[in-house]
Amino acid sequence: MTFAIQFLINVLSLGGAYALMALGLVIVYGILRLVNFAYGELIMVTGYTLFLISGSALPWFVMAAAAVAMAVVTGIATDYIAFRPVRAKSVTAVLITSFAFSTLLQNAALLFISPRPRVIPLPEIFSRTVEIGGAITPMRNLLTIAAAVILLALFAFLMRRTVLGIAMRAAATNFTMARMLGVPANLIISSAFAISGFIAGVVGLLWMGRIGTVVPGIGLEPLLVAFIATIIGGMRSLTGAVIGGFVLAFIDTSLNYTLPQELLKFRDAFTFSLVILILLWRPEGLMRGPATGQRT
Amino acid sequence: MKRNLLTFFILGGLILLAVVASQVVGIRLYDRVATNLCISLTLVLGLQVFMGNSGILSFAHIGFMGIGAYASALLTIPTMMKGMALPDLYPFLKDVQLSPYIAIAVSGLVAALVAAIVSYPLMRLSDAAAVITSFALLVVLHTVMTHWSALTNGPRTLFGVPKATDVKLAALVALLALVTALAFKESRTGKLLRASRDDERAAAAVGARIPQLRWRAFILAALFTGIGGALWGHFITSFSPRAFYLKETFLILSMLVIGGANTVTGAVIGTFIVTAAYESLRGIEGLLNEAKVSSQPVIGLTEIVLALAMMAILVLRPGGLFPTREIGALLARRFGRPEKSG
Repeated sequence: MTFAIQFLINVLSLGGAYALMALGLVIVYGILRLVNFAYGELIMVTGYTLFLISGSALPWFVMAAAAVAMAVVTGIATDYIAFRPVRAKSVTAVLITSFAFSTLLQNAALLFISPRPRVIPLPEIFSRTVEIGGAITPMRNLLTIAAAVILLALFAFLMRRTVLGIAMRAAATNFTMARMLGVPANLIISSAFAISGFIAGVVGLLWMGRIGTVVPGIGLEPLLVAFIATIIGGMRSLTGAVIGGFVLAFIDTSLNYTLPQELLKFRDAFTFSLVILILLWRPEGLMRGPATGQRT
Repeated sequence: MKRNLLTFFILGGLILLAVVASQVVGIRLYDRVATNLCISLTLVLGLQVFMGNSGILSFAHIGFMGIGAYASALLTIPTMMKGMALPDLYPFLKDVQLSPYIAIAVSGLVAALVAAIVSYPLMRLSDAAAVITSFALLVVLHTVMTHWSALTNGPRTLFGVPKATDVKLAALVALLALVTALAFKESRTGKLLRASRDDERAAAAVGARIPQLRWRAFILAALFTGIGGALWGHFITSFSPRAFYLKETFLILSMLVIGGANTVTGAVIGTFIVTAAYESLRGIEGLLNEAKVSSQPVIGLTEIVLALAMMAILVLRPGGLFPTREIGALLARRFGRPEKSG
């Protein structure tokens, strides 16, 4: 019983984080059908902002809000710098510009801050543990679950009930048609990047809460996680991305418990081989997204 | 045909000129730069064979460079050294010791074989799905290289690889890669593949078997990348899996993209420009570090400048410096008699 609770909490908290990571990636992919390789750097920016303002006497929540705001700004900047100028020209070009933008941000962190890990301030609640039904679990796992539930609910409300959300879904279904009906394309895309930045910022706080430090390469793992989850769940379906995140967390946690130590080192290779297999079996992912329209 | 010969002579001449100049000057640093240039040329031309003709961005190639480097290392590290460098090596590989020149060729074939097996099912995918799987493939290859301790010494540095690559060998291989890239582009497979790049549906409608064509290009590309990796391994003589990951991928991609992925000329010119920029920026970084401008070492400046250059090129000229025509065709058009296109 204790083991079951432990397992469940692990899957839910990891899955919550993974689901948010995937959602942040797929919100842009769904509309533009372009992968943002600089997505992981949004998490890095959150971490470094927190590190840079950690000297101030501000309460932690203000600092965290500032860090998330910085991630939103970086998200919008990604659109203006790496996507908008080349979006209409070629798919390959956008992939390369976002890859270049990611390299740019990472190396800026290397050059101006440090290649070594930097400690970020965390509130005391992150390091506390609680006991639930005999299983001892860190408080931050429960916080991650709570944050995931709240953000997913908020996101669902945004997409279903607000004008912005409906316009974004329309743009994801048929961009040209949405444009003809008066949906401002650039605004919608920038909003998608802003939301992507917001989600990355929040998930970044929770993610870095596990280790308490930030390094220039911190964004790679979340990016890979988001890739896998997105592909498992269907490249363009928002619900699919969330389900994909939880499925991936389930697979990862199970592998952690079942694989022998010798093979556990190769876990990433296994999960990525799984991605390749899924893409071969269903190039559209497990869940179908909205019908394909034309990209600008 | 004449135009292609012209292209070959101009680009080949450029390579030879760079190599000869580096030897005449007689500074060791230039010798190293010229060798690196030729190895990069082999890698970039390999990538161009696939990316340029099929139009699909591939992140996986540096993984095949790693396979080439490790394969060649396993075949050439002297038996005496192997016990120390790779304590857990499988017995049947313990006594193998080939001449580095044979080993370099064999490792190219090994990389091509691995590519043939893993890429066969992937070639059906296009667009974002193809890019993500190639990225996934890079991660898989990197994870395997980092953790297969018996063959690669794990994440630690593998040492004891005999030094065999000099500037002449590297230049020879680069010239071979140049001829092959040009010949492949004009071959039946290359032409059909380029048709599929420009319009997938139309090419399929006239009977091109696109996955098959892409597969061939991918294998050829992996062959050259593997050979390039082996050359690099015998030049640097000790390396770890970290050398074959995103940083290197970024460098090779920037060479190809700045020059223009669709043309062989673009690949060669891009490699020249980026190598020159890279080496001078590295020099500047070194000077800054020596002058102790700041309290910590200056790193990352090179990548920042390259990333900015790459984005600027793509915004201003999405196809790179040589987007569609080879240098030979451009010159023939401007100076020569109007020639029948062939």
